[in-house]
Amino acid sequence: MDLSYYPGCTLKTKSKNLEDSAIASMTALGINLVELPRWNCCGTVYSLADDDLVHHLAPLRNLIRVKEEGNGRVLTLCSFCYNTLKRANLLIKNDQEKRNTINSFMEEEADYEGEVEVVHLLQILRDEIGWEGVSEKVVVPLQGLKVAPYYGCTLLRPQEVAIDQVERPTILQQLLQSLGAEVVDFPFATECCGSFQIVGNPEFVLDCAWNILSSALRWGAEALVVSCPLCDFNLGQRQREISNRYSEFREMPILYFTQLLALSLGLGAEVCRFDLNYVDPRPLLESKGLIR
Amino acid sequence: MRIEISAKRLQSDFVKKVEEISGQTLPSCYQCGKCSAGCPMSFAMELLPNQIIHLVRLGLEEDIAKSKTIWLCASCLTCSVRCPRGVDLSRIMEALRLITLRKNIDYVEPSRIAAETIAELPQIALVSSFRKLTA
Repeated sequence: MDLSYYPGCTLKTKSKNLEDSAIASMTALGINLVELPRWNCCGTVYSLADDDLVHHLAPLRNLIRVKEEGNGRVLTLCSFCYNTLKRANLLIKNDQEKRNTINSFMEEEADYEGEVEVVHLLQILRDEIGWEGVSEKVVVPLQGLKVAPYYGCTLLRPQEVAIDQVERPTILQQLLQSLGAEVVDFPFATECCGSFQIVGNPEFVLDCAWNILSSALRWGAEALVVSCPLCDFNLGQRQREISNRYSEFREMPILYFTQLLALSLGLGAEVCRFDLNYVDPRPLLESKGLIR
Repeated sequence: MRIEISAKRLQSDFVKKVEEISGQTLPSCYQCGKCSAGCPMSFAMELLPNQIIHLVRLGLEEDIAKSKTIWLCASCLTCSVRCPRGVDLSRIMEALRLITLRKNIDYVEPSRIAAETIAELPQIALVSSFRKLTA
């Protein structure tokens, strides 16, 4: 099956490990991700102002590109892209007045009414392949690997775009269990990592990261599993600094769920691009006999 | 903190403008504090999110401007999904930021960010920071 794929900016630059491992895994599971021939940045954040329509144009133009390709839905890997595309789509679908204004402004485009469905990879895994379908394909079970699923914000909030229960999601936990991992539940799984405040207020984001990581460590996790490239950066890149500030802190690898998926499907370490992870996960994976 | 409440302030353009941009009904808030309890950035705020709503209602624009609270909001929407009164505080925070940004006043100055910081940050961090915190 072919599925239209919108990568977004970060997957083509900083998060090749997310993209490469996702595409290879989906191919192994029988789904071919076909990148849109034309796409632009989605704007990363959904405009929260009633009188600001212009910022909805970037995500909507991408959805128009999907429709032009003759596809009814588009898959995203980046949590920010998922949220922005999905929310812009709901707006144009449900608000007739704003739909008319936006469509008449984008004179050069064909009218768009929210026909395209925006999906995240995790939804395809759960709803179409199914956890049993995933575990049937596992050749390297992640036995003995203690991982804590961390969801972040944009796959769960607001309610109308949530891919799972807002306060008590289980989708990552179920995926990791079907890969044979030992899942560690911890209370900060849906707490914000500080997001874009990393740019202007990096010292506060360090505290957010410390809260999340130290909790996961206390509950026995050996690695944290994420889906969002910004969570990956905020929680991974500055662990050395956290260690300097809090002596009791131990560094902990942050992994994309797609890297563990690819590994357990037997696709090999190369496709996972572990060299791009901020804290090298290879010593941990080697110690568990999952890579050589 | 000593604050002066007057009828003039309560009916000011500021209060109307926040309601208009955010699309939220300010009197709906009953100050339970659930937004502040769940806010991941509240540890860094002098004024808590629920206090911001109250100050907006009283038309105290200058007191809000004195605090960094609205600029520390990460738009994580934890407050929005938990509010028992259906108030979307993330939209009120956005409206308050926009009232300043629309005067062409930036909170983050892109030209002052070190080149190596820009090189290491993921694109979604930079774009969203500039979208939220620059004019």
